[in-house]
Amino acid sequence: MLRIAGLHAWYGDSHVLQGIDLDVRAGEIVCLIGRNGAGKTTTLRSIMGLLRRTQGSVVFDGGELLTRPAHHRFARGLGYVPEERRIVPGLTVRENLRIGLLASPARRREAAAMARIAAIFPRLVERLGQVAVTMSGGEQQMLAIARAMISEPKMILLDEPSEGIMPVLVDEMFDLFRRMKRLGTTILLVEQNVELALGIADRAYILDQGRIVHHATAAALLADAAVQERYCSV
Amino acid sequence: MSGLTPDLLAMQAFTGLALGAVYVLLATGMSLIFGMLTVVNFAHGAFYMLGAYLGLAVLGLTGNFWLALLLAPLAVAALGMLAERTLIRRLYGRGIDYPLLLTFGLAYIIVELVRIVFGTQDLPFDTPDALTGAADIGIGFFPLYRLFVIGVTALVLLALWLFLERTPYGLIVRVGARDPEIVRILGIDIARVWLVVFGIGTGIAGLAGLLAAPLQGASPEMGNSILAEAFVVTVVGGMGSLLGAVAAGLLVGVVVSLTALVAPEMAQVAIFALMAVVLLLRPQGFFGRAGLMS
Repeated sequence: MLRIAGLHAWYGDSHVLQGIDLDVRAGEIVCLIGRNGAGKTTTLRSIMGLLRRTQGSVVFDGGELLTRPAHHRFARGLGYVPEERRIVPGLTVRENLRIGLLASPARRREAAAMARIAAIFPRLVERLGQVAVTMSGGEQQMLAIARAMISEPKMILLDEPSEGIMPVLVDEMFDLFRRMKRLGTTILLVEQNVELALGIADRAYILDQGRIVHHATAAALLADAAVQERYCSV
Repeated sequence: MSGLTPDLLAMQAFTGLALGAVYVLLATGMSLIFGMLTVVNFAHGAFYMLGAYLGLAVLGLTGNFWLALLLAPLAVAALGMLAERTLIRRLYGRGIDYPLLLTFGLAYIIVELVRIVFGTQDLPFDTPDALTGAADIGIGFFPLYRLFVIGVTALVLLALWLFLERTPYGLIVRVGARDPEIVRILGIDIARVWLVVFGIGTGIAGLAGLLAAPLQGASPEMGNSILAEAFVVTVVGGMGSLLGAVAAGLLVGVVVSLTALVAPEMAQVAIFALMAVVLLLRPQGFFGRAGLMS
């Protein structure tokens, strides 16, 4: 579904990604782990087309995306939930969800799309009229995910979804990821909570200083304390 | 001063509203463009002036004021979009001073081109026949054309409000002003949104210039002085705030108008004195968010 080869990326003069090779097959949950500053967020942002300078190849669903703008990548079926949720202040939950529909063919069937989202995110239903930023961090994170899911992307990129969220809600959220997978959404997950992430993932890549340094099945990595210790301890 | 009856003061304040309406239109466009693109558009006065001249051109060809009222703002919007697409767009993301300098230069070019095409002298702009005369507004007779200016401004503001608050495109604009990246990752071509917003802002400036022309005539420099005043309005209202642009525009219009009644030579100074006071008490303006310029 997603195949990245020799991906380089720069922020200004700093060469952040130095040749990433990574692939995600349809229906998988793949986890990208590594220390702070290893390049995880940059990898996701490069896949979504948010960096000015990139090089290499990002093939998604059979098409090369590297030079295409972000909105084109959305149209091809890529969803992205950025770090820190980025819920728009002043707007209600419903309006925030509506933004997710604006560029999607599903906007003509808004009621159906809202109903589908309501079935997956029951917590949000009771709060449709509420100003979104007044909800708890966990609920805002759910909304950020729902906003990306409402257009029914083929694949979704999740950046640190559990950051700053109450443990109870984190468990609920990871259940949600399993359910999204069952519904056919492919997931590329960046997560600090390595054990939890490996618990739901099929495979994982370990990123260090802008390069992939290890790649294994999630089960193998969970059992490999040495690798975890070396690359994942903060 | 026995001449200052309440009715006279009320009339003068009402005259101030008509003047304020022109400020409101200019400042609304500037604020919209700044809020969305973080571009301080120094060419806004030039687009205002273009509205008057293109209106004159249409009037000269067709003799129809209403056609000029429709076509001139559309033509100015098209020119604004051309400028955004070919010049200003290249400077996004480089900080606030690059587009500021570019539009500053662009204003000089537009003014010079108008001087070459239309001449340097002021040109009269006739008030349309249907709008000459005065109407009784309760406190006295008020020029019909000024009422018309206030009415058109109110209509434009209403349309803009409905567009921003009640349409999906307006939602895109509101979100894009706060977090452009979010609209990009949700599939919207932000470059097109910027283009349209710049067109709307400059189009409204063109409309303001056309509306002001029958009151004061058209001159190539008419945009220069009003640009400074529109800036004051934008800053007093709060950069990027449309509500602020409306409130401050009307306030500045009324202040100028009332000052002109008691001390005509102080009218222009009063604008800047008002700005100084507001900025001392509330640096972000009436409805502005702090730190927008940083």
